[in-house]
Amino acid sequence: MREGMFRNPSGCAISGIFSKSGKRFSGRQIIESIAVMHERSNGLGGGFAAYGIYPEFKDHYAFHIFYDDIYAKRECEEFLEDHFDIVSFSQIPTRKLPEIKDTPLIWRYFLAPLPAKLADSQQDEGEYVIRCVFRINTGIKGAYVFSSGKNMGVFKAVGFPEDVGRFYRLEEYEGYCFTAHGRYPTNTPGWWGGAHPFALLDFSVVHNGEISSYDANRRTIEMYGYKCTLQTDTEVITYIIDYLHRKQGLDLKEICSVIAAPFWSVIATRPQKEREELEYLRCVFDTLLINGPFSIIVGFEGGMMALNDRLKLRSMVVGEKDDMVYVASEEAAIRVIQKDLDRVWSPKGGEGVIVTLEKGSA
Amino acid sequence: MNVSARRLGSRILNDEIRRAEEDIIIEDCFGERYIGSCASSITITINGTPGNAMGAYLDGATIIVNGNVQDAVGDTMNDGKIIIHGNAGDALGYAMRGGKIYVKGDAGYRTGIHMKEYKDKRPVIVVGGSTGSFLGEYLAGGMIIVLGMESEACPVGDFTGTGMHGGLIFIRSSTPPANLPKQVTVSLADDLDMGSMNEYLMEYADTFGLSIDEILRKPFYRLAPNAKNPYKQLYTIY
Repeated sequence: MREGMFRNPSGCAISGIFSKSGKRFSGRQIIESIAVMHERSNGLGGGFAAYGIYPEFKDHYAFHIFYDDIYAKRECEEFLEDHFDIVSFSQIPTRKLPEIKDTPLIWRYFLAPLPAKLADSQQDEGEYVIRCVFRINTGIKGAYVFSSGKNMGVFKAVGFPEDVGRFYRLEEYEGYCFTAHGRYPTNTPGWWGGAHPFALLDFSVVHNGEISSYDANRRTIEMYGYKCTLQTDTEVITYIIDYLHRKQGLDLKEICSVIAAPFWSVIATRPQKEREELEYLRCVFDTLLINGPFSIIVGFEGGMMALNDRLKLRSMVVGEKDDMVYVASEEAAIRVIQKDLDRVWSPKGGEGVIVTLEKGSA
Repeated sequence: MNVSARRLGSRILNDEIRRAEEDIIIEDCFGERYIGSCASSITITINGTPGNAMGAYLDGATIIVNGNVQDAVGDTMNDGKIIIHGNAGDALGYAMRGGKIYVKGDAGYRTGIHMKEYKDKRPVIVVGGSTGSFLGEYLAGGMIIVLGMESEACPVGDFTGTGMHGGLIFIRSSTPPANLPKQVTVSLADDLDMGSMNEYLMEYADTFGLSIDEILRKPFYRLAPNAKNPYKQLYTIY
């Protein structure tokens, strides 16, 4: 039984830690943070995204792939060799735990697109890589690419997030940003690929909530070449962000104004220039408005963004201490790793909080 | 009696509170849920960040929090008092039907959503800072007071009182809230209104060591359900 065979609403917990100075820290803290919100998960999915963890391969795409069996692995590796220069590959180190069962084969590849193939495809590099990801995920049975960015990686499994973190030995990685998710799907077969984060290139999304506009969003995004294979709303959010950012060239603030657009009655009260911009985005991308409860943390190269739905139907708290920024579904999940905060607040619905690395940092 | 919430965990902590016959001080609180739910007599003091649904169904006890609280504090609370020396999360006093909640700082979205009153049961929420949108959504009874002690602008978000069909909201502000729905009428609070708030404002000022004169320095706006409210015939018989 796999994701995609039926709908999958979820409750969940999210957490994120970001160092603006680019100082790298271990994955230990993010595990401690998400563990505080244990009750928000039910053991059917946990995962992490980590940025800045592969500095030795920072110019290569890091593919993390689940395989059902050795045959899927062979077929997939043949495909990878056809399309990429495989610079390095290995099994992702894990720790045997009784809590984590039905483990697939989990492999990591550092890749560079083959120049001749890339030129033949007449696409830019990002689009080439994404098309390869979709080719594997929809065409090779038993193979699933769940991470495909540079100098970042997703680690996810079926289980409680704190166990998933220990399983992947997350404390042995060092990065400038970590995000985490604990999943509470209420009627899911619970497959590893369905756990969060969902990632495409360096964008990753963890999501607490359930979007009611899923089908409208899916129909729109599938027109632009994305393939929604899992029927989980988070997958769609990831593709929408990729589409608006990479293909439409919108910045993150504009993306917030599309996916969590203010109500028309609120837009009407804004100053003229802002109103015109909001009206434009609301009209052009109306089918990419995400309706229903959500709080999300989006990770990307050099930054992190937190956003609530426009009605703020899910909780989300932001904390700051020196160069560190913390985001979590519950304040307690921040306090447990940083008791003494300079500032703590709940952003308004639709108000994206965007943090990026300071200039000159690593 | 002193207990460590983190050491005991949510379930054992709440068992201890239910068995307690004397006041309790809870230390190291990191998101443990349902603290003091249904408690009827003792005083519970919490140092830390209690989890969601703190004081749910509270039935006469007092809870004092030295810190911020999360979501759904005082959910369906029946009686007693909750004092928060910090900020509150979303849905504070959700469906509350009696007792008092005093918040020193801000409160989140949907503060007092669907509060109600019946005979002598009349819930009261006083927020010292500002609140998020949908303040008093579907309000059916009781009183919500927002002081905006630190705000120049009106200290509430959008859509205040959406679906309101009973109760009163008072907002301390130089300007009335914008963007009010049709079911709500707004006017300056009169002497009668000020009288009905007096007991709570005095107690609030006393609790947090504020000057009552400072609180009364600005006008209060009174939000009430519109007498021509279309819901009136839908949901009430009189």
